[in-house]
Amino acid sequence: MDSSSGQPEKPVVSRGIDNFFLDIYRIFQFIKRFFREALRPPLEVKEFIRQCYMVGYKSLTLITMTGFITGLVFTKQSRPSLSEFGATSWLPSLIAIAVVRALAPLVTSLICAGKVGSSIGAELASMKVTEQIDAMEVSAINPFKYLVVTRVMATTVCIPILVCYTGLVALLGSYLDIHLNEHTSFVTFFQNAFKNITFLDFGTTMFKAIAYGFTIGIVGCFQGWRATQGTQGVGKAANVSVVVSMFLIFLEEVVIVQVANSIR
Amino acid sequence: MKNFKPNIDWQDKVIDIHDLYKSFGSNHVLRGISLQVHKGENVVVLGRSGTGKSVLIKIMVGLLSPDSGEVNVLGKEVPGLSVVELRELRLRVGFCFQNGALYDSMTVGENLAFPLKRNTPGITRAKVKEMVATVLDAVGLSQTIDQMPAELSGGQRKRIGIARTLILRPDIMLYDEPTAGLDPITCTEINNLINEVQHRFNTTSIIITHDLTCAKAVGDTIVVMKEGRFIKRGPFDEVFDSNDELIREFYDYNFIQ
Repeated sequence: MDSSSGQPEKPVVSRGIDNFFLDIYRIFQFIKRFFREALRPPLEVKEFIRQCYMVGYKSLTLITMTGFITGLVFTKQSRPSLSEFGATSWLPSLIAIAVVRALAPLVTSLICAGKVGSSIGAELASMKVTEQIDAMEVSAINPFKYLVVTRVMATTVCIPILVCYTGLVALLGSYLDIHLNEHTSFVTFFQNAFKNITFLDFGTTMFKAIAYGFTIGIVGCFQGWRATQGTQGVGKAANVSVVVSMFLIFLEEVVIVQVANSIR
Repeated sequence: MKNFKPNIDWQDKVIDIHDLYKSFGSNHVLRGISLQVHKGENVVVLGRSGTGKSVLIKIMVGLLSPDSGEVNVLGKEVPGLSVVELRELRLRVGFCFQNGALYDSMTVGENLAFPLKRNTPGITRAKVKEMVATVLDAVGLSQTIDQMPAELSGGQRKRIGIARTLILRPDIMLYDEPTAGLDPITCTEINNLINEVQHRFNTTSIIITHDLTCAKAVGDTIVVMKEGRFIKRGPFDEVFDSNDELIREFYDYNFIQ
């Protein structure tokens, strides 16, 4: 049911500020609805698997390239500073800490915000403006459960997996550079790399990945779900999905790092 | 014109609307609409674009909520229904969207099977296949079963949209501008299909349109809407034997120009 009836109300502060707080209220309502629908059986297994394929498998090439280059370049950039102190043997450890704690979750989620978030926003917005969501609704199908719950769950499940994969690929990129320059063996590299990684590091990274995955899915779906104004609305939904997801990812990063550091 | 006598039960009101109001901000779209539709009847709602015709049928299926008034569909007061009750009602009321609203990511066959599989737990694949074939045959588009919606013409999309609605065997069909944007031959095909649906499945229909040829071909009763109110109601010839400016303009544009 809509709520767009009645006289337009006079803004409390200004229309812009009112809309900002209204949007926050709406996204919380949207999240509340997500959990309500997600916890109510049955789960749309087939659509969930299809979305996992779209989010996970279809992002692999891009993630592999980016992860590998990140590891390689970060190693190349770090070497001169460490060699000044004669500490190049610390490279595997330094790279692993950087990759596991920050680079893997951030790089993966920012790429997915661009690739997956925009695609979810545009797809749902296009379905909204062409009345496909209404068509589902009048066919007695719950479009929220079918479209939103499956997509948000897919991003929440797949992005942590992609983060692990990115971390591994980035370390391989780093190993390649270290092996070519310092002739370090594969086993020695990984023994040194994981020496200083704690369970807290890994746990924090997984928690971040889950939070980022959920953010990308929920923001994309929210923007698509409320799209209006025809094709212009589709473009706007895709664009806003990316911008808002990326902003929130950085915001969450700051908060989670602060909390993790206070535990450490 | 219809080549059959519609089986209308004038004692059985399947849709009963009283004093319906709906506004969007300061735009008062519906201003006290009352409408009764009987079982088996095809009612055509005529009016200019933006007069709230589509809003009216969206309220009937609970896609929009009214500001005030009573909307009784198949004995159920729509605005007060719970999610589950609304879902049950929607299984009995088919809604055909203006552009078909076919799911882009699915083939025609999958589009048709989707609502059926979702709403009929335990249905076998063979039964789904059989029912898809039956409705595709009913709309004369059996050959499109494996095509994607993007490969279909505007008229074909509308017919598949009707087929998707028919597959759930609804008691009521709501058509939103079924002939808008189509050439005259395709319009005739759609009009014939609407009549065929009424004849074959004995459905009650509300057809939203501004196409008088469509109204004349499919409507048992015509209601004319102006500025959120119904200004005339009756059979086609009776309605258009009027001196109202809007009705005259409609008639002149469609049949003289």
